[in-house]
Amino acid sequence: MLSLPRGIATVARAVARFNVAAALVILTSLSLSSLSRPAEAMNIKQIQSPGGIKAWLVEEHSVPLISLKYAFDGGNSQDPKGKAGVANFITAMMDEGAGDLKSEDYQERMEDLAMRMSYDDTKDSLYGSFETLTANRDKAVELLKLSVQHPRFDQDAIERIRKQLIANLVYAAKDPGKVAMRGWYAQAFAGHPYARPSAGTVDTVSKITRDDLLDYHKRIFARDNLKVVAVGDITPDELGKLIDNVFGALPAKADLFPVPKVEPVLGGSQRVIEMGVPQSVAVFGLGAMPRMDPDFMTAFVVNHILGGGGFSAKLMEEVREKRGLAYSVYTYIQPDRYTSILVGSVATKNASMAESLDIIRKEMKKMAENGPTQADLDAAKSYLTGSYALRFDTNSKIASQLLGLMQEGFGPDYVETRNKKIEAITLADAKRVAARLLKPENLIVTVVGKPAGMKSVIPAALRPVTAPTRG
Amino acid sequence: MRLVTSTKFTFLTLLALSMLALTPDAYATDSATRASEFKLENGMDVVVIPDHRAPVVTHMVWYKVGSADEVRGKSGIAHFLEHLMFKSTDKIPVGEFSKIVSRLGGQDNAFTGHDTTAYFQRVAKDRLGKMMEMEADRMVHLRLDEKEVLTERDVILEERRSRIDNNPSALLDEQMNAALYLNDPYGTPVIGWYHEMAQLTRQDALNFYKHYYAPNNAILVVSGDVTPDEVKKLAEATYGKIPANPEVSSVRKRPSEPPPIAARRLELKDPRAGNFSMQRYYLAPSYVTAKPGEAEALDLLMKIAGSGTTSRIYKKLVVESKLASSAGGDYSGSGLDGGTISLYAVAADGVPLPKVEAAIDDVLADIVKNGVTDAELARAKRSYLADYVYESDNQATLARRYGWNMAVGRTVAEIEGWPDAISKVTADEVKKAAGKYLNMRASVTGYLVPDESGVAQADDLPSPSPNGVLR
Repeated sequence: MLSLPRGIATVARAVARFNVAAALVILTSLSLSSLSRPAEAMNIKQIQSPGGIKAWLVEEHSVPLISLKYAFDGGNSQDPKGKAGVANFITAMMDEGAGDLKSEDYQERMEDLAMRMSYDDTKDSLYGSFETLTANRDKAVELLKLSVQHPRFDQDAIERIRKQLIANLVYAAKDPGKVAMRGWYAQAFAGHPYARPSAGTVDTVSKITRDDLLDYHKRIFARDNLKVVAVGDITPDELGKLIDNVFGALPAKADLFPVPKVEPVLGGSQRVIEMGVPQSVAVFGLGAMPRMDPDFMTAFVVNHILGGGGFSAKLMEEVREKRGLAYSVYTYIQPDRYTSILVGSVATKNASMAESLDIIRKEMKKMAENGPTQADLDAAKSYLTGSYALRFDTNSKIASQLLGLMQEGFGPDYVETRNKKIEAITLADAKRVAARLLKPENLIVTVVGKPAGMKSVIPAALRPVTAPTRG
Repeated sequence: MRLVTSTKFTFLTLLALSMLALTPDAYATDSATRASEFKLENGMDVVVIPDHRAPVVTHMVWYKVGSADEVRGKSGIAHFLEHLMFKSTDKIPVGEFSKIVSRLGGQDNAFTGHDTTAYFQRVAKDRLGKMMEMEADRMVHLRLDEKEVLTERDVILEERRSRIDNNPSALLDEQMNAALYLNDPYGTPVIGWYHEMAQLTRQDALNFYKHYYAPNNAILVVSGDVTPDEVKKLAEATYGKIPANPEVSSVRKRPSEPPPIAARRLELKDPRAGNFSMQRYYLAPSYVTAKPGEAEALDLLMKIAGSGTTSRIYKKLVVESKLASSAGGDYSGSGLDGGTISLYAVAADGVPLPKVEAAIDDVLADIVKNGVTDAELARAKRSYLADYVYESDNQATLARRYGWNMAVGRTVAEIEGWPDAISKVTADEVKKAAGKYLNMRASVTGYLVPDESGVAQADDLPSPSPNGVLR
């Protein structure tokens, strides 16, 4: 196409001032699901299909497109023991043939209908995204339905995808950022499903069978763990019928393994994983407040001030702007269903990793002890409320945001109350929550590279905590 | 159809949509445009792309200068200056630019390519005037402090480590471009060569800035909830006050390539490679340099040959012969000096790379000899036209589409005529383009080979500038 360079040949052609990947992490991890468009401009309808499936709809008839986003509770924490990577495997198999259509036929049909369908897995959910032009809606929906209800999981397709997944894992094993993140989860959640690598390992992916995929599909693709949001050129009646058509024949109930609540191990640790790279990458983090904790929103604002707010954040100021130690340094709060964490990352030449982490610890400690200033808090609130609308300027973004809200158990009215909640946070709140949230003594650090003067320090007393103790 | 009565949806998108329904050949040209275009008195081009669905705007300024305009020996200065543009002006204190944008609820960033440098903010529509005021201010009033410059230089060196030096695929890409271009500055990486970046000075940045940053060398692009009249008024009051720089030429002339006479081959052995993989780049014309219809034919050629799971290369190498775990190709036609065709493949376990390469060459030879089928061509066209419609959902994507193309000298009519031009390409033209441009003499082929015994070449990189290490 004629817009931005794309493809593998052009990887290094355009260089941005701020790491796009990091920015994405920051944006997508704003699981506040902050509805950004003024509520009055967006009429969110709650509907129930004739078959009883609930969904939210924003009608937008000015664009002849429909964006449908849906989620099944489950995700990769539902992978069977010893088979880490099943959920991820499924996400790559959903367009590899369904019903009577073999892989190639299915994919050509998708292209002919200009239909877009993709799946993604997180720790707690399996996400589906479907987009169609209004003109092709009926035919595209039939194709979607086929895939949701009758994926083929043909053996030759399984072997093909397996090779790709394994090749990806082999690459990931040499990517310091990915190794650091994986190491961090293994360290923080030892013994819990969250500790497992989401895409599995070469070993586990090699062992996944067709039956594993079929079994996962049967357990997870059900009606009672399904959330649906549609945005675009469709009426409530039409959407109700569409949803029944696509999902109505799925089992009524999902069959989920229980996943215990968990907190990252306490006590702090530092693990160094050697890799021959000129720049070390560190992932660091600790437990945070769950999504429904009354302090969550305040914690979110405190994180914004500390490391979440790009060039406005303290860590960026101290590590990059003042000292030129890193290109990218950030933190975010990620409230998963069974835990909540504040995680960050920094990448710097091997000689500077120890110094960079010292600065980060110091800034955390300072924030815990003194809290932010009134000016910091005002600036953060101003950004978070003012940038509200930016997460809502495309059909697809609206659908994602609303789906997040539904999953977290909020109603559409969250739209109207969200900014008020942020406005209501006082400096005293922020100071109290900063102290509650930021405990550098509990910081779990994983460094990948050859960081000068650093070695692993893992206290023997480290223990996994399997019940929520945080008040 | 009812869509025609829509006031919000753009005519152009409708056009693309209706083309999806018709056979491509039945489509007739229409001169309808979506974007409004005008020029300020000082020569600054302005493009406005209205989208009134959400009360936000994307504001971009594109300079018609990129890294390929750098003086030899100063590689990286275009991108370095882009970073320094966030430092300070007479009115804005050091580091405050992004913080002000953030306090106004906006997001900002910038990026540099070989041909263009762009700055942007996404913000609520009532803040547009302030953004334009600030952007106009730094177009001519940048202030650079020596110490700030040196600190930022360390940041771009870290950025280089993150993007290139920590990633063997990026290193191979860099080596391959250097080999592909014998004379054109596209052979030099946008971010710069490490040893030259480490020597860049404040004066280098200022020289570049003073010459190239001027209204008559820039394009203003605003998309979102705004009208051309509103933008015009604001633009005249801000950018309009800046005098043109008569020194900067509107003709962009770079050293051009001699006729290519030898296929080039490279092998990068790296312990971090993970898998055995190969890439190939060919010199090709771009939308700017191609004869009418040729770039479109190349887009379609590479869609059919190498894009996604329905492409010939994927089907042959991944599905049928199973020589590769993934494989594909692409055409990038966005450059001012020329474009590239690219191919890639990751070898399946134990398959030697020459065998993979030969299999790709067979696929290409078949297309050169026998062309593509009408069904393939029709599918590829539908796919591009659908992409075009889907992209219209996103104002930021639209702003980039217009900005990038105009920065390399294409017109609004050419940009908006793209769906039409694509639909007119014949199978014979695709075959001709394949025969003409899949020319080994104009190519470079690179192998990335895991080197389990070797020493990471990363260790041999020059030591970082003293400014970073000691603090």
